[in-house]
Formats: sequence, structure tokens, C-alpha cells
Amino acid sequence: MASTISAEPTRRDFLYVATGAAGAVGAALAAWPFIDQMNPTSAVLALSSIEVDLSPVQEGQQIVVMWRSKPVFVRRRSKKEIAEVRSVPLSDLIDPLARNANLAETAPATDENREVKPEWLVVVGICTHLGCIPLFNQGNFGGYLCPCHGSQYDAAGRVRKGPAPENLYVPPYAFLNDTKIKIG
Amino acid sequence: MSGPSTYVPANGFTRWLDSRLPILRLMNDTMTSFPTPRNLNFWYTFGGILTFCLAVQIVTGIVLAMHYVPNDKMAFDSVENIMRDVNYGWLLRYVHANGASMFFLAVYIHMFRGLYYGSYKAPREVLWILGVVIYLLMMATGFLGYVLPWGQMSFWGATVITNFFSAIPVVGESVTHWLWGGFAVGDPTLNRFFSLHYLLPFVIAGVVGLHIWALHVPGNNNPLGIDVKGPQDTVPFHPFYTAKDAFYLVLFAILFAGLVFYSPNFVGEVDNYTPANPLVTPEHIVPEWYYLPFYAMLRSVPDKLLGVLTMFGAIAILFFAPWLDTSKVRSARFRPLLKPAFWLLVADCLILGYVGKNKPDAMLLSTGIPLLWIGRIGTLYYYGYFLVLLPILGLIETPKPLPESIAKAVGDKSHAAE
Repeated sequence: MASTISAEPTRRDFLYVATGAAGAVGAALAAWPFIDQMNPTSAVLALSSIEVDLSPVQEGQQIVVMWRSKPVFVRRRSKKEIAEVRSVPLSDLIDPLARNANLAETAPATDENREVKPEWLVVVGICTHLGCIPLFNQGNFGGYLCPCHGSQYDAAGRVRKGPAPENLYVPPYAFLNDTKIKIG
Repeated sequence: MSGPSTYVPANGFTRWLDSRLPILRLMNDTMTSFPTPRNLNFWYTFGGILTFCLAVQIVTGIVLAMHYVPNDKMAFDSVENIMRDVNYGWLLRYVHANGASMFFLAVYIHMFRGLYYGSYKAPREVLWILGVVIYLLMMATGFLGYVLPWGQMSFWGATVITNFFSAIPVVGESVTHWLWGGFAVGDPTLNRFFSLHYLLPFVIAGVVGLHIWALHVPGNNNPLGIDVKGPQDTVPFHPFYTAKDAFYLVLFAILFAGLVFYSPNFVGEVDNYTPANPLVTPEHIVPEWYYLPFYAMLRSVPDKLLGVLTMFGAIAILFFAPWLDTSKVRSARFRPLLKPAFWLLVADCLILGYVGKNKPDAMLLSTGIPLLWIGRIGTLYYYGYFLVLLPILGLIETPKPLPESIAKAVGDKSHAAE
């Protein structure tokens, strides 16, 4: 049988390959709706912004609000905490990037780049390791301790001890007036 | 060993059926007359026990699904409804929840037995690989099921595990959002987990079919690890091993029943009786006991991506065991160096489990030795066993002399003269 096949590709070979290729592309296209249906729905994507009243938060306190079904920490920092995090040299940081959605992606992780106003730290309260919620005012860096795998953050939400690889994310937000911010 | 069929149809109907669908022939050849080494010991009864476990999980699971509601507002209450109001709901749920633990207990014994007697080696590599596939599917199914009661451990376990995928460079975040169907674990996640939790056991059942098929081509390994030389080395599966399997299955069922009736929450976490709260992570997150060694490996690496790779790698490495082991001798009975290394591996997995159970910054008892370092040494030994000891021991070890045949080794006088 094999000996009767000529070395030259025939029109029939071409048709076989072309049919097979068209079938494979078709199968891939047909699979896409079954994959994409798992992505967030339009309704989930629509829940995009919230307003937060800052007036009840005293110095040294933190409130947690939900934005896009994630907790967001809104923390009013003391002068001492601000001075402490500002004295940390950038070379001591695990993640050198600010991770601030309000700034360029390459912005360095100085404390100034982590807030809009120095007094207010606004970060997504999800550990960048595996998604647990870090505990307020615990750990050795004056910020947060993640109970799951022991990552620690400072009062600017910057990771100071692994295994978390990145600083807590700063969501897009803006001050509407002195006591109100809009997240998202 | 899966030689010519010995099936003889007994009457007209079975003759008629046999020439159309030889299903009775298949059952006879695989479950009745199948020639099985005559020296299989207790540790070989777990294959049957595992089939029983799968059946229990499927049957209890199907009826639990008649009462469970996969919705983030209702799931927790629907489970409590099963526990309090559904007739025998408490029993069905406790059997299902503890059934998962018994399933993993049996699978770990089954796997360690395979490692000890060299059952993963030629010609049973495909059999072993299918087993590892089943184990992976079991882990996925167990994880998905643990999320369904929607307690605190369910929610945060789901969060941590799905976040493993966020360690993938570039596309990690998109992949996690795709898995969640949102920006965090939530109702869409619960719904799809329920769908998949219902599906995967049937996939497992399919792969179990392949696993048994792959077993019946080369036939069973045995504690001596030597090949079957002829009919004097075997007995028919039925009644010899059906009876033996059934006896140990009853003992296993007694242990199972003891757990269900006397200590149904022994392996559970109290935190899972608190409804899921996306704003509060429990003080101490631990997975179910059967994942603890891998959890310890994850935590022993201070880097996120490397930690996740170390954990998945620990399972992936099992696929390569047949080719990493260079020894020509299968059974550890005749391998003086592998034997202690194997028992150290068993101890290592238990120690890693202990490390995984404790907090990441905990110390060993009150000695001041950080468990983190014990976990690191344990992880190193686990990898070392497969990547260093299996290849090297096979080359440097002088195995003890192997018996001539199974029949001779078990002292069969009737064939000794042959």
C-alpha cells in the first residue's frame, strides 16, 4: 500500500489538509463561547464606582468598603506613621513600583506615589500573594499582616516581607471634596 | 496475563448475547477468572476499597444535590437544612464529607503501596500515570466540593487556591477573573464549582475504567515484584480476591462508620460552620488534611510563582517516577537502600502535613525550631527522593536475591519439583 503513494503531493492531499485545517479552526471558534461564558458578565462589569464619606474616620483608624466585590482599605494615617514610611529607602522595598492606578505603571514606590493626600491611604485590601485580607495594624512594619502565609505590609501598603510579590494595589480614585472620595 | 478468554457461555441466551455484545465475557475475564498473583497482601485490597469510595461519593452526592442550592445567599442555609430538616440529611452529608477523607486515606495507601512494591515500573507505567491523573481529578473534585457549603473556610480556601493561577506571568489576573466570573470569589464562582463538582466524579469513573484496563493487560504486580511465570503463580480473582477484598472492605467500612457516627467533624474545620464573609479572612486558613503536605511546600518557598510551581511540581513529578527509578528490581523488599528511603518519604509526608497544619510562623512544639525550616527540609527530601534517590539508588544498590517464582516463594510444594 505504502509503495503506491507517490512522493509528489497531489490535489487530493491538498484537499485533505485544507479540510482538516478548516475543521480545526471551526472547532476552535465553536469552543470560544464555551470558554468566554465564564468571564465576568456585563452586570458584574457594570458595578464600577462608589463614593466614600471620610468624615467619620479618625486619625489612626481604618474603614473597609467594598468596590467591585473587593474590600478597599481607607486608612487615616498619623503624622508618625507618615514620617516612618517616608524614611524608608526605596532599596529596602521588595516591590519597587507604586502599583497606583492613578499614576504611570513605572512610578516608583515612594510613599508620595502611594497616596493622593498623605493622610489618606486607599488600597485594595487583598494580599497580592493568594488573595487573603491582611489584618490592620499587625506585623512588624506598622501596617498589615496577612494571616494566611505571613506577608507583611507597611503603613503605605507596600510589601515588606514575602511571600507576597507586590505592593497592595491603589485603585483609581479621586477626592470629590475634603471628606469624600470616589473609587473607580 | 490477559491471555485468551476462558469464558464459556452456559446457555442459549448467553451464547446469543455473546455473539452480539460480549459483555458477560468481559465481566468474566476481568472479575471472575482473571489470573491474579497468589501472594497479594492486605495492601492490595485498596483498589477495591477505592472503587467503593467512588461509588459512595457519587450516590450520596447525587441525593445531596437534590437539596443543595448553589447560590451565595442560600448555599450555607441549604446545607444546614440538609443537616436539620431533610430526612437522614445529616447522615448523607456526613457520609459524603467524611467519605472524601476516607477516599484520600485509601488513595494515599494505594499510592504508597505502588511506590513500595515498584508497581509504577515497566510494564505498568501507563497504569501508574492514569492513577496520578485520577489523583489529580480527586484533588480538584475535593477542592470544588469543599467550597460548596459556603462557610468561611470554603470561601477563603477557594480564594487562596484560585489565586494560585494569579502567579502565572502576564495572563494570571485574566485567568483568575475568568475562573471567578467576577473580580473576587462570589456567586458565579460557586455556581460553576457546583457544576464541575457534579461532573468530575464521572470523569474519574471513566479514568478508573482505563486504569483497570491498563491493569489487566500486564496484570497485577505483587509484593515480590517478580513476574508471574505461569498458572502455578496465580489464582482466579473470584473467589480468592473478591473474598479478600470484601473482608478488608468491611474493616474499612467499620472505620468509616466510626468516623461518621462518633466523630463526624473530626477532620472538619469549625470555621466552616461560619457563613462565608468576604470582608474577614479567618485567623488561620488551612486546607483539608489531604492537601496539607502540598500546602506546606507552597509556604516553604518565599516567592509566589516558585511556591506555586513547587506545589504543583510535587504532583507532576509523580508522572515521571517510572523513568526516574533506574533499578531493575521492583519490590523494596529486595532493595536494602530504597526501603529506608521509602519509609523516610512516608514520614516526610506526615511531617509536611504537620507543618502545613500549623501557622506559617509556628515553632516545633516549644523547641524554638521554626516549622518553616522543617517544611523546607521536608520539601527538599520529597523532591530529593524522586530526583536524586530513585535514579541513584538503582545504580549503586546491590539488591537481595530475588525468589525464582511466586509459587516457590510462598512454599508451594506441589510445584517445587517442576
